[in-house]
Amino acid sequence: MSTAVPVRVPRPSTRSLRRLVATETKLAYRVPVGLVLGVVVPVLLLVVFGLSPGFKKPVNPHTAITFMDDYVPVLMALTLALIGLVSLPIPMVMNRERKYLRRLSATPVAPVWLLGAQVAVNLVMAVLAMGTIVGGGVLFFGIKAPGNAGGFALAVILATASLFALGLFIAAVSASPPVAGVLGTVLLYPLLYFAGLWVPRQNMAPALRHIGDFTPLGSAVQAILSSLQGAFPATHALIVMGAWALAFSAAAVRLFRWE
Amino acid sequence: MLNNDFLTRERPMRSSPAGALAVDVAHLHKAYGSTVAVDDVSFSVGAGEIFGVIGPNGAGKTTAVECLSGLRAPDGGTVRVLGLDPQGDRSALHQVVGAQLQEGSLPVRLRIFELVELFASFYPHPAKTDELLEVLGLGPKRRAYYGRLSGGQKQRVAIALALVGSPKVAILDELTTGLDPQARRDTWQLVANIRDRGVTIVLVTHFMDEAEQLCDRVMLVDHGQVLALGTPAMLAERHGGGSRLSFCPSRPFEDPTLTALPEVSELRHEGARVVVKGTGDLLGVVVHALDRAGVEPHNAELTTASLEDAFLRLTSRPKTTQAEEVSR
Repeated sequence: MSTAVPVRVPRPSTRSLRRLVATETKLAYRVPVGLVLGVVVPVLLLVVFGLSPGFKKPVNPHTAITFMDDYVPVLMALTLALIGLVSLPIPMVMNRERKYLRRLSATPVAPVWLLGAQVAVNLVMAVLAMGTIVGGGVLFFGIKAPGNAGGFALAVILATASLFALGLFIAAVSASPPVAGVLGTVLLYPLLYFAGLWVPRQNMAPALRHIGDFTPLGSAVQAILSSLQGAFPATHALIVMGAWALAFSAAAVRLFRWE
Repeated sequence: MLNNDFLTRERPMRSSPAGALAVDVAHLHKAYGSTVAVDDVSFSVGAGEIFGVIGPNGAGKTTAVECLSGLRAPDGGTVRVLGLDPQGDRSALHQVVGAQLQEGSLPVRLRIFELVELFASFYPHPAKTDELLEVLGLGPKRRAYYGRLSGGQKQRVAIALALVGSPKVAILDELTTGLDPQARRDTWQLVANIRDRGVTIVLVTHFMDEAEQLCDRVMLVDHGQVLALGTPAMLAERHGGGSRLSFCPSRPFEDPTLTALPEVSELRHEGARVVVKGTGDLLGVVVHALDRAGVEPHNAELTTASLEDAFLRLTSRPKTTQAEEVSR
């Protein structure tokens, strides 16, 4: 079966791109899966944890780091996982299944620009959610502001890139929306486990923590935590996230089917 | 509101287009693995024509028109649409060719006018959204979500999106499948109106009445090959098995009065009625011959071959293979 991938992808007019992004923005709040899962849920968890007295205590007597400090990177990881693995790929797979991508390839605007608009809208949601979590944490729940802003930005960018790459990979290989849903869920739980959502990383058995070091969210939590504490993230954490981002975005580009 | 003038207008009998060509296809070939979908198909469509592609399911109709809209790359042959190569000049082609695809739907939580305005933004000289929706009878529904529309309304949205870029050529694949009879006739009227504005239309259909009433010329395709090409009347006349005339003669007459006529192929007596089969202007020549013999035909009934007759005769499988299949 031949695909409708254009050999050259001419850049559409600014008007088309603005309209594509505006349309996807409307869909993001009319079908608010990403907004609810990726923004509302993590922010609610922030409020619930932030209001629990136990989370204001230090994690151990020898440090000033509170449970809240420890959990903010985990909530950021949760946001990225839900937006990257659920909110991003499922509409793409639906648009392929309903042949909307194919319909677009019969217009002057190639369907890859629709995917670009969807990535942009999900990026904005992720940035909003993470901004709210860190900002809210600093303003209301006494967490420390990122001590190493450059390291924090780099960690967040690489973490976002690796989770979005995984999401694009899911969109590329899933034949139907239910398949994408299952794939996303199957990836979601282990990744969130290694991020420390259920068992904080420092309480994990060392072997599990080492495995976690090689997962994108394990590295993300580690890198964001150390940048919040004022240190530059560990090189290996940045490399792990970069490698996941590169590997899965390359695979997604190679495997993506337009029909 | 609608008038059906277009259904009765005079159409010239011709098998090739006069004047400028909008579509020119020569020796088109396309296979999927070992399955040949389109096999050495050649045809051309004149500017301003409504050109029908008809044939049974799986005949290769959709594959052929998808090679016109650039959605499929041919394996062989040449395709030119408004002088453009659909593969090499994709972006130029898509500015001037609008397509309605056979299947597919759109994001359900977008409103009709949002969809049309989105697609309008893709083109350099789009139609005005409100006017287009008005013409398509979607004006009152402009703020409705796509997911809430009926099948006919969704079909009209698909037509709107095919036309919003003010195309010179519109490719419509199974335009009225799933529509009720009134919606089908409204859609035919709409297609005729669009053509009257100078748009060339390539229409894929498996409804013979649609092809007969709407198309200037039709191409009958089966097993990826062109079986017949010409005006609907021409195909019906040539391949439909001729006409059938029955009447009660005012007095008995000798059979050779009619069987001697070149137009008459068969004469039968059914009680008091005489049944004559033949081709050409059967009614005219028979009435004339009877008149000369002093016979008046009473209660005459004429059945002329339709495009559907031609379709069935040309696409029916050989009887031998059917018999073989039964005997197995």
